[in-house]
Amino acid sequence: MNEYLKKVQSIVWKDIIIELRMKEMLNTMLIFSILVILISSFAFGTFNQEMTQSIAPGVLWIAFTFAGMLGLGRSFISEKDRGCLQGMMLAPTDWSAIYIGKTIANLIFMSIMEILTLIVFVVLFNFGQIITSPLKFVLITIVGTFGFVSVGTLLSAVSVNTKTREMLLPVLLFPVIVPIIIGAVEATLSIITANGQFWGWVRILVAYDIIFFTVSALSFNYVIEG
Amino acid sequence: MKNRRKPKIIEIKGLSKNFGLTTALNQVNLKVDNFLTLFGPNGAGKTTLIRILSTLMKPSSGEAKINNIDVLNNPVRARSQIGVISHETHLYDGLKAEENLKFYGKLYNVKNLDKRINSLIKKVGLEHREKDRVADFSRGMRQRLSISRALLHDPLVLLLDEPYTGLDQHAAETLEQILDKFEDRTILQTTHNLERGLKLCCQVAILVDGEIVYKANAEEIGFEELKQIYNQKVQQNE
Repeated sequence: MNEYLKKVQSIVWKDIIIELRMKEMLNTMLIFSILVILISSFAFGTFNQEMTQSIAPGVLWIAFTFAGMLGLGRSFISEKDRGCLQGMMLAPTDWSAIYIGKTIANLIFMSIMEILTLIVFVVLFNFGQIITSPLKFVLITIVGTFGFVSVGTLLSAVSVNTKTREMLLPVLLFPVIVPIIIGAVEATLSIITANGQFWGWVRILVAYDIIFFTVSALSFNYVIEG
Repeated sequence: MKNRRKPKIIEIKGLSKNFGLTTALNQVNLKVDNFLTLFGPNGAGKTTLIRILSTLMKPSSGEAKINNIDVLNNPVRARSQIGVISHETHLYDGLKAEENLKFYGKLYNVKNLDKRINSLIKKVGLEHREKDRVADFSRGMRQRLSISRALLHDPLVLLLDEPYTGLDQHAAETLEQILDKFEDRTILQTTHNLERGLKLCCQVAILVDGEIVYKANAEEIGFEELKQIYNQKVQQNE
């Protein structure tokens, strides 16, 4: 295997081992996302099915993105604790390997959170009955999550060097991910209503993913440099 | 104090670093071919110099070479030549001692990694704790493990940034004993602890307000004399 990819793999492995032991990111994300789904289910539970169909995608993606943001906030804070980010930066490799490794690890944690949240969501919102194509839903979740994590990992690295990092990350992240949220919600809605707009939204999200992942990987070196 | 024979391996020419209107380093020139301790008060620019040499920061002007490799133009190659030990251990609490070294070893492409880890972990006296999580280690043990992390790839140059910070007397002595074993490496150490800093080094320099204001061979100067010169230089620049 290419040396660069081996280094990326080591970073992913390290993050997974630490998360399995400490459970800092996953627990926080999961509790938050399930709470959002639960509260929304109580708030909108009395609505008729047509109304539920139209609000379900929004509720789901709010739960995903807000919970994901909590996780992303932790992503680089744990690296800063004992100068571990510097430790990785001192290794003889391009710093973009750190970005790609962290992005893949965050993607894995986000996916686990999303699967578990979805189980609760299916039960409380009868999502299994209203979704017409589960495969399309899986596709939009992958594309939407990748875009969110690509930008989120970069901005998490930006905010970790500031004193107000907990506040700064959402302020920086939400304006940038508006296209992702709109695209993912609309695409999910188009699966439910079968309005034929699905692939149009997927194309927009894929374009967003490619642009933002490339820009983030290229600019990461400048972002983490002291 | 040791007599070390090494070619000039760290070369700094006219190095300056500004943070906005603040000058952290001002036209620093330095050549290190053995073990140099750089003394200086807080805010003198010691850490900035180490960060530039370790490629974590770019200078505003000037050049720095490690083993003839330009750290500005060829940072990835330069990083393979250096090991950094600072008051921050760069170790993950959630990983075991052995796992930490394995992780960094993979980042540094260390050959025969398991063998290398075993030998280094023995060298720092942590062989009985290699399967324990770093979260359970004392400050001194972390620092010892941090030394083996920095030596994993057998670097030619060691950069030590206040390595004694937070260490008790015993742990500091252990660190000294470990450093004393690495005679064949070029070491640049920064500290504001005069007594400890003078102990092992061959050359001393004093950095005040981003400028090298004094340089001498360690053999030519005693602790009391160094203390007097240091206080005088620091007061002059206040």
